[in-house]
Amino acid sequence: MTRYVLARIGQAVLVLWAAWTISFFVLYVLPSDPARIMLGPDATDVTAAQLDALRHRYGLDQPVLVQYVQHLGSLLTGDLGRSIGVGRPVTQVIGEAVGPTVQIAVAGLLLAVVFGGGLAVLATWTRNRALGQFLLSLPPIGVAVPGFWFALLLVQWFSFGLHVFPAFGGEGPASVVLPAITLALPTGATIAQLLSKSLVQTLREPYVDTAYAKGAGRWRVQLRHALRNAALPALTVTGLIVGQLFSGTVVTETVFSRPGLGRVTATAVQGQDIPVVQGIVLVAAAVFVVANLVVDLVYPLLDPRVVLAGSRRRLREQDGAGTGTTPGATAGSATTAPQGAPA
Amino acid sequence: MTDTTQLALGRPGVLVADGVPGSPGVRSGATAALRTLAARPTLTVAAVWLALVVLAAVLPGVLTHHDPLAADPAAKLTAPDAAHWFGTDQLGRDLYSRVVHGTALTLQAAVLAIVIGLVGGSVVGLVAGFVGGVVDTVLMRLADVLLAIPSLLLSLTIVTVLGFGTVNVAVAVGVASIATIARIMRSEVVRVRTAAYVEAASANGNRWWRVLAVHVLPNAAGPVVVLAALEFGTAILAVSNLSFLGYGAQPPAPEWGSLVSTGRDFIATSWWLTTIPGLVIAVTVLAGNRIARALDTERRAVR
Repeated sequence: MTRYVLARIGQAVLVLWAAWTISFFVLYVLPSDPARIMLGPDATDVTAAQLDALRHRYGLDQPVLVQYVQHLGSLLTGDLGRSIGVGRPVTQVIGEAVGPTVQIAVAGLLLAVVFGGGLAVLATWTRNRALGQFLLSLPPIGVAVPGFWFALLLVQWFSFGLHVFPAFGGEGPASVVLPAITLALPTGATIAQLLSKSLVQTLREPYVDTAYAKGAGRWRVQLRHALRNAALPALTVTGLIVGQLFSGTVVTETVFSRPGLGRVTATAVQGQDIPVVQGIVLVAAAVFVVANLVVDLVYPLLDPRVVLAGSRRRLREQDGAGTGTTPGATAGSATTAPQGAPA
Repeated sequence: MTDTTQLALGRPGVLVADGVPGSPGVRSGATAALRTLAARPTLTVAAVWLALVVLAAVLPGVLTHHDPLAADPAAKLTAPDAAHWFGTDQLGRDLYSRVVHGTALTLQAAVLAIVIGLVGGSVVGLVAGFVGGVVDTVLMRLADVLLAIPSLLLSLTIVTVLGFGTVNVAVAVGVASIATIARIMRSEVVRVRTAAYVEAASANGNRWWRVLAVHVLPNAAGPVVVLAALEFGTAILAVSNLSFLGYGAQPPAPEWGSLVSTGRDFIATSWWLTTIPGLVIAVTVLAGNRIARALDTERRAVR
């Protein structure tokens, strides 16, 4: 077990390093001249000497590999470079932005779990076919709606129509509500889709019949027997949800003019602030990797059927048509053997 | 199957999962297609809507006679009425014709993104799955790493380097989708490669490229085609997101995402400027996803 944990942590670090390396090569090597990009498209009256000075200051006059090693060295000491836009260390710029983003992300995730999960439970519990159909038709709409549009609709209704919540800003608990709802929509829809599918499958399992035979009520079976088992596969999309939330913050924080990571990202891209963009990529990859690591480590504790063997896991299938879900088939996790390949 | 399940989740209720190489569609022909449509009203609505969208992109003049750039200060910020179906903007330009004429830019960007993602992803997936060994491991680990970065952020990184504009946005969205498509293509190729008929084709003395093109690719393409259909909705959303953020088409060119972005300044007084173009985006994505789901069901039904 310890070996497995260490191996997984090692893989996580490896993924982070690789993500950082890819972003380095995309941002510093692909463009013909990062110094020009840093100055922006409007800088036309820059002399060659000034450009050279800039290149020298950021070490861009060095060979690529030397630059790479230098950047990697600073990264290991916790230095992500300096923002071109605001001139302060990237770690500082990002560090200040984390708090407000965590607020809306956590609130959004809670809303998504409660409402997405609630919808799935209700849609599979109800015996009213029309209601069930209606509820199940909502999540596909939720994932099709552009986030920025939904945010603007909320502003129209709740800020300018009903005057309940502020339309912008990051002050006070009321300012969290609308951004959190915006973030919750796609995430909640994803959770609802996955969970309702998994609930339908679970409710067909023999142990559900057993529970009924023993006299359990429908709610008890739904919540205590089915939901607990059906919720496990939902954990495998943690990485997807983290990505969704992150992408959501870029748009949400722009619409609501809130400070935060998304806002920092949008500003950095607007100003072609390469060091900040690279820092954000590292942070996003780190969140993804850590989330998946936690899920992978916790999963076997929640579902004892998952057998750990080195870095390979297999779900012992209960029957021929069992749900072949392996936890966290995501970056850095074990190679899953190609299934269904005829021998 | 894990790869595909994982990746298709969060998409509208479609699981591109395990499949057996299917024979090409049994039912074909226009009448069969019409009968299918009549039996499924939402699918029909989706198909009609997408046909209109394509018409708007190719021949916008058929749908509107207004000039999308002609300003009429006397009629600025008028609510939707008989003369201006979608109302007018702050310069008195007709919003309906701006949405219609904006379709081309949005659709071009989305289609370009899909082509880039599909070609790039298919090539990577084919090579990884067919060559196998170290090449496979390296390519798939690379895809894993790319999947660790949220796709919007990956697009934004590429936009930072390439600069702004519709084509750059399309490239950014397309490149960001390569990893997803590559993984699905690879898992399909691995599944098909070991099939008896592929072995037979090799044993019959076919060269590897012929085996790949004639036997492996057609049988592995099914889930990838469904995914490409799903990518249509995703690409429209991603392109709109980026142009809403201001990285796409620059004013005064009309484009769906930037129309909503401009309308934002008048949200307190003129609801139609944001609501209507946004609704058009949402309905288009919904229609694309509906068709993708139908394709998926069809593919599974055929086998």
